[in-house]
Amino acid sequence: MENNCITTVQDFKMEQPAKWCPGCGGHAVLAAIQRALPETGIEKEKVVFVSGIGCSSRFPYYINTYGFHGLHGRGAAIATGIKLANPELSVWLVTGDGDSMAIGGNHFIHLLRRNLDIKILLFNNKIYGLTKGQYSPTTPKGSVTKSSPDGTIEDPFLPGELAMGAQGNFFARVVDTDLEMMKEVFIQAARHKGTALVEVLQNCVIFNDDIHAEITSKELRAENQLYLKHGEPMLFGKNKELGLIQEGTRFKVVKVGENGVKKEDILIHNALDHDDTRDYMLVRLSRPEFPIAMGVIRSCEASVYDDMMYKQMAEVRSKSSIKTVDDLLCSGNTFSME
Amino acid sequence: MKKRVKIIERDDVVVKFAGDSGDGIQLTGAQFSDTSAFVGNDLATFPDYPAEIRAPQGTVAGVSGFQVHIGHKEVQTPGDLADVLVAMNPAALKANMRWLRPGATIIIDIDNFDSRHYKKADYIEDPLKDGSLEGYNVVEAPITEMTRDVVKQFGLDARVADKTKNQFVAGILFWLFNRDVKIGEAFLKDRFKKKPDLVKANLAVLHAGYNYAETVEAIEATYKVKPAEKGAGLYRNMTGNVAIAWGLVAAAERAKRTLFLGSYPITPASEILQELTKMKSLGVVAFQAEDEIAGICSAIGAAFAGCLAVSSTSGPGLSLKSEGLGLAVITELPLVVVDVQRGGPSTGLPTKTEQSDLMQALYGRHGECQVVVLASSTPANCFEYAFEAARIAIEHMTPVILLSDGYLANGSELWKIPAVKDLPEIKARLVKDDDPDYKPYARDIETLARSWALPGQPGLRHRVGGLEKSDITGVISYDPYNHEKMTILRNDKVAKVANFIPRQEVIGNESGDLLVVGWGGTYGALYTGVQEMIEEGKSISLAQFNYINPLPNNVSEIFRNFKKIIVCELNLGQFASYLRSKLPEFNYLQFNKVQGLPFMISELKEKFNDVLMTPENHGK
Ligand SMILES: Cc1ncc(C[n+]2csc(CCOP(=O)(O)OP(=O)(O)O)c2C)c(N)n1
Ligand code: SF4
Repeated sequence: MENNCITTVQDFKMEQPAKWCPGCGGHAVLAAIQRALPETGIEKEKVVFVSGIGCSSRFPYYINTYGFHGLHGRGAAIATGIKLANPELSVWLVTGDGDSMAIGGNHFIHLLRRNLDIKILLFNNKIYGLTKGQYSPTTPKGSVTKSSPDGTIEDPFLPGELAMGAQGNFFARVVDTDLEMMKEVFIQAARHKGTALVEVLQNCVIFNDDIHAEITSKELRAENQLYLKHGEPMLFGKNKELGLIQEGTRFKVVKVGENGVKKEDILIHNALDHDDTRDYMLVRLSRPEFPIAMGVIRSCEASVYDDMMYKQMAEVRSKSSIKTVDDLLCSGNTFSME
Repeated sequence: MKKRVKIIERDDVVVKFAGDSGDGIQLTGAQFSDTSAFVGNDLATFPDYPAEIRAPQGTVAGVSGFQVHIGHKEVQTPGDLADVLVAMNPAALKANMRWLRPGATIIIDIDNFDSRHYKKADYIEDPLKDGSLEGYNVVEAPITEMTRDVVKQFGLDARVADKTKNQFVAGILFWLFNRDVKIGEAFLKDRFKKKPDLVKANLAVLHAGYNYAETVEAIEATYKVKPAEKGAGLYRNMTGNVAIAWGLVAAAERAKRTLFLGSYPITPASEILQELTKMKSLGVVAFQAEDEIAGICSAIGAAFAGCLAVSSTSGPGLSLKSEGLGLAVITELPLVVVDVQRGGPSTGLPTKTEQSDLMQALYGRHGECQVVVLASSTPANCFEYAFEAARIAIEHMTPVILLSDGYLANGSELWKIPAVKDLPEIKARLVKDDDPDYKPYARDIETLARSWALPGQPGLRHRVGGLEKSDITGVISYDPYNHEKMTILRNDKVAKVANFIPRQEVIGNESGDLLVVGWGGTYGALYTGVQEMIEEGKSISLAQFNYINPLPNNVSEIFRNFKKIIVCELNLGQFASYLRSKLPEFNYLQFNKVQGLPFMISELKEKFNDVLMTPENHGK
């Protein structure tokens, strides 16, 4: 580790326990982050957690770092200000599906587009938790919720699609039931230079229990989750016997060893590819025909806003004759009077 | 052939330039102002332009204007009525006839005065022939024709050629004001230093205008305005928007903080953003956000991280920032929000001035949510009050709203350049690394300000946010008594700022028959009106407020000494209502105007004379 400042899980723990409902997916995400951070080598004082409003957005109160609990939807903008003010900070934004994609949609897409070096943990429970159960922009069409007694008539957003539409360069998906996966992916997000969006499929035991059960339950998860890793074949299933191949413009699920399919025929995941065509296809994979793509789906390098901003400042400073405010005040047309 | 005309020596002269928005009026006005400053005149300017970028040509609605008031004596306003009007077309003439002094010199571009043009301006008959210009000194100059003739040799296309027309006008004015045309030459050489062909063409046109004025018989007299006696020093012509930007940069330097601006473009405030994007060499971080909400929220984030954080906007943007202001109040972070007021509500009159955001600045938030409110009152003192807003925000750990307006924003005046070391030092309430006694909501006894611990500092990890926090410790608290205590503490903190600001001043006697009360950008007009009436022997004084919330401590003492008080503002009485709630023991008369225009000195004096003559308690 390039850092001499060693931190431990304990460093990030608060005395008081988190106040989410017992069984809420939030607890596991918190635990995973507390385990991931020491492995990133980031000094504990340099970490700032910023959030909007929602159950998920209480996160900064539950982790021992600098923290800012903001306004509903506006965490991205607050995080932007913090990062631009001090680019040495490791800035993490925690947000919900309503917070980031309903009221905060504008800030969310612009953060991704600008590519500031900020990490986003998007808790997607497909419901408004804190306001007690109204549908959100990710709630499946037809769902009966507090505010849709006859079923929703809106098509939901897929956060991954939105991220790529906004020119996001890092997108990952994890489930709150898999601590190890969360930890691995959070570390990769931390190491990525630029905006890194991690969608956490989070369970809200109170208002949307088991919404992700189809891919999280013990019996189904091996078959229904495709855990993608860069450079590795896209295999899944209990014994990794299933895999993806591409036929024309479509993916197809095949069984290794059947119909002459060899392991070498299976697609290799390339998260670094700038062309996002395949990434789009991966985030869209849906049940029942396909497994759900998990892990780091996209992670490519691009210029980072805060870097460019400070680089521009240094360049201008080296060329400008205005080095102090006095220089500024006396620049241009001045008139002296006796 | 040189002619002899009489030279009129004047203490002050008002010149108005008017034409289509593509005629280069703003440039001509700015050039005339700079020349005036160069020869040592005091000055005030007022650009007045339509909301459309290229408004319908030749129509009254499309007229762009620039008024300059220059003086040997002190100049406080752009002036009520013009002594010289330059009208590039009939619409410009029509739009400005009301604002002309009897006997004024009117220079018109005769080439644009055919029937097609005057009909477009809704004249039924030719204004040059219908007698409406009787009593004025009309100079019918073939500006367009002569300019085209002159530039022909330079092979410019017609569009570019016509753009040099304004230099013909400039040439006429150099002669009309007995000024050395070399100043104009230097201006052009500097302005077009990257385009030598344009320098040549513009110079030729400038000289043509000068020569034309020298020979034409129609000009009856020329003006001479001696230099002002402003005191020795280095001066510059300063607009309100630039002054705000520069005042903020100066404050950041005196506070040893990075200046961060989060802003979204909006007329008439965009220039503050634009100006600050040019300050990278001074380490300024100017961020153009995706909307006003992101503007203020990014600024709040930057304040948390230790910047002098600012968000600039106009009325509609201030509405969007309300929730953010509440967050800054409860997190007790330093923040400056600049509101350059314009005609509202909604898009209203976006390029015109008004003072109608006062209530929004004072009260436009949910919850008990006091912020400090200041108002600058001249283009140049926008520097001082931007600095002051930053000082209060940082030293008292509170959001401050600085109110400017469209009139101050675009208007300009001469400003004596200060040395930054002479500006007060701003003492940020920073915390030492690893301070074992640090508590996020512990307070200074005098100011009630909390301390400012910055992310990245070892040993000071803490959390702020929109949920109510416990006194001292800063942990979340839903305790009813704590909430009341914190609410009162936050309010008191703002109220205590009154102990750290100057006393309210009175211009004129400390007691008398009538006290004129104003705030912000109406200063020039109110000052001039009151001063003139004092010279006429009237018992009248002026109190112009720059500190709105909290009010200075001595206001009641002042009000007590006057028989009548009249509150003048460019809205329907917002400051008057505020004073009624703060100091209900006094009776406040009102004078209000909401035309998107500044006060005229004449209308103010008429009203004040009326009030002085009306028996007690009438005229309300
Ligand atoms: C301006 C504003 N509007 C509405 C609310 C109410 N509100 C609080 S949280 C929330 C939705 C939260 O849902 P989500 O972002 O999905 O987060 P979750 O609680 O599910 O984690 C709403 C509507 C608010 N706090 N502020
Ligand atoms: S309501 Fe749902 S999301 Fe909110 S804390 Fe409880 S379980 Fe978690």
